[in-house]
Amino acid sequence: MSKYSMHLLVCGGTGCHSSESDAIVCNLRDELEAKGLTEKVQVILTGCFGFCEKGPIVKVMPDNTFYVQVKPEDAQPIVEEHVIKGRKVTRLLYHDPKTNEIVGDSKHMGFFKKQLRVVLRNCGFINPENIDEYIARDGYQALGKVLSEMTPEQVIKVIKDSGQRGRGGAGFPTGLKWEIASKNKSDQKYVVCNADEGDPGAFMDRSVLEGDPHSVLEAMAICGYSIGASEGLIYIRAEYPMAIHRLKIAIGQAREYGLLGKDIFGTGFNFDISIRYGAGAFVCGEETALIHSMEGLRGEPTIKPPFPAEAGYRGKPSNVNNVETFAAIPVIILKGAEWFSKIGTEKSKGTKVFALAGKINNVGLIEVPMGTTLREIIFEIGGGIRNGKKFKAVQTGGPSGGCLTEKHLDVPIDFDNLIAAGSMMGSGGMIVMDEDNCMVSVAKFFLDFTVEESCGKCAPCRIGNKRLHELLGQICEGKGKPEDLDRLRNMSMVIKDTALCGLGQTSPNPVLSTLDNFMNEYTAHVIAKKCPSGECKSLMEYVVNAENCVGCTACARVCPVNAISGERKEIHHIDPAICIKCGACKEKCKFDAIFIR
Amino acid sequence: MPKIKSFADLKKKRDELKTGQDIRKKAIDTENHVQVKVAMATCGIASGAKTIMEFFMEQLERRNIPAVVTQTGCMGYCYAEPTIEVKLPDQDPVVFGYVDLKRADQIIEKYIKTGELVDGIIPVNYETIDSKEIGG
Repeated sequence: MSKYSMHLLVCGGTGCHSSESDAIVCNLRDELEAKGLTEKVQVILTGCFGFCEKGPIVKVMPDNTFYVQVKPEDAQPIVEEHVIKGRKVTRLLYHDPKTNEIVGDSKHMGFFKKQLRVVLRNCGFINPENIDEYIARDGYQALGKVLSEMTPEQVIKVIKDSGQRGRGGAGFPTGLKWEIASKNKSDQKYVVCNADEGDPGAFMDRSVLEGDPHSVLEAMAICGYSIGASEGLIYIRAEYPMAIHRLKIAIGQAREYGLLGKDIFGTGFNFDISIRYGAGAFVCGEETALIHSMEGLRGEPTIKPPFPAEAGYRGKPSNVNNVETFAAIPVIILKGAEWFSKIGTEKSKGTKVFALAGKINNVGLIEVPMGTTLREIIFEIGGGIRNGKKFKAVQTGGPSGGCLTEKHLDVPIDFDNLIAAGSMMGSGGMIVMDEDNCMVSVAKFFLDFTVEESCGKCAPCRIGNKRLHELLGQICEGKGKPEDLDRLRNMSMVIKDTALCGLGQTSPNPVLSTLDNFMNEYTAHVIAKKCPSGECKSLMEYVVNAENCVGCTACARVCPVNAISGERKEIHHIDPAICIKCGACKEKCKFDAIFIR
Repeated sequence: MPKIKSFADLKKKRDELKTGQDIRKKAIDTENHVQVKVAMATCGIASGAKTIMEFFMEQLERRNIPAVVTQTGCMGYCYAEPTIEVKLPDQDPVVFGYVDLKRADQIIEKYIKTGELVDGIIPVNYETIDSKEIGG
């Protein structure tokens, strides 16, 4: 029996790690040693708790105390006050800005209340670098059950019945994908895990691999058994060093236990996994491009068919699934298809992990049942918009998705509803925008990304996106013409219809959805030459308000380009031809005499 | 590390390892567990609170009662140390004073198992900022 009476869980995700969570662990261990408590209190480095906004996080069990924004030097008060004297360190507890209350444990925090953690079940609960911690949480039980009690056909049936759809973005039914791969005859087949997470602002796959790598390994082995493959490959970007480190440890430990390798559980089933590194190209998230990259070729997509299930890696049938898709598989096997299919909406079952980013109070990683509304996610879990500003839009699906506005807030989120609303699920990134964001600039930002990431193979994507980007740039600078708006739309439609792969076909989506939802902002840019949110610098004009100006010359002195004229005690004037719109004068003025027109 | 050779092996291994995470599992679901808080300030420890805490941790597990045993600071009843607070699921907490091993045993057998009160109860006669701010 373990003699520990208390566990201190410290978040070791990339976010908290870069805020010195490893130093917190060291200090906690030192403090405990100094007080002779190492036998009683165990310090555990876990995966991401999700509440990245308030990291680093330390959770004290069994009283479930949730400490936020902990610094390495806070280890001493935590040990002295909480561990020894049993008093919570109030200043480190979460302070709910809405109710103005101090919340002692995670269960009562708005951020966690509406969440249902299936994929993230072990993130922030177990030590990802210790396979025993995973086994204690029913780890590898699903693999054991599958290998000793089920036929491959039965496994595929369970996955099909569960209604699980691919979490990489397209939402293709997972069971069907497995079935197709299983029916193609070949001497060798492959299971591929797509961990090439490329959407700006999305980090769910990374967090799963960092917090619970074994769940993915176990699921890949289950998939291997179902489709008849003995080899698994994880394609991960080299810019995820911590995820790679933990994957390597996990693979090593699983091999030592004989959970990967030859004759697993004495059933004669062989399966092993290796890692392939990507250089972080967005297009390599597309499965054919991913496979080419793994083969050492250029990361370029090819036309489907043939689908990877027929001729994938090295021309052999391959099944490619996303990290999040895999992570849910062991739970589906253990709890049953019926349990899983009860969660979610009619056509989208289960839960979805979202990465909240942008102008939102609680930036972080969340998991909710499909069918949760945007309002619940943004205003309840996400805690609303930063600095009390007004919500304007949320971009889902990354650069391939679209923006959703106020009128979409009560739409239950699932694969089909998002498409109907003009966006898409994508991998689950949600970038929230407030009243200060110019939607033309937002569209331009995403085009920046696709222009950069286009592989250049097909003309619509390579040249079309470049032209779209140029047009948007001109509009932002006030050089746009009304007819440009039609050109934008026409070109977008052509790219959508003619580009070779998913990247190109979806790249104009941010343009189309902002045109649909924020036409007024586009027209303001091209006709009135104004940027309503004031983000486009070229369209701003700094003006002196004659009523408030006292002629103190403070603005003239701070202006770096000498654009402000006017004698002492006279009303000043800003020359728009010289002004570079740096805003220094507005900041300096004590009399609110400078405003933006 | 020895290999896991069969599904039965894995199940055995899991059952061995499971208890190591009990503390964390209980924490997620404290409301449905018996919660015992032992006052462990100087006065408490001097009167033997440590032995009492260990007794509760060991005996509750041995008697198969799902419980969370934690320590707390001085409750203010220094005259009645060791003191403990016991909270049964869906009930108000009850504070017991002068807890020695015999009384600890009675508390488990009578109060925790059947809800029957035993000697040594200290009535709660104050409110804390906690009860207003944190809600219990």
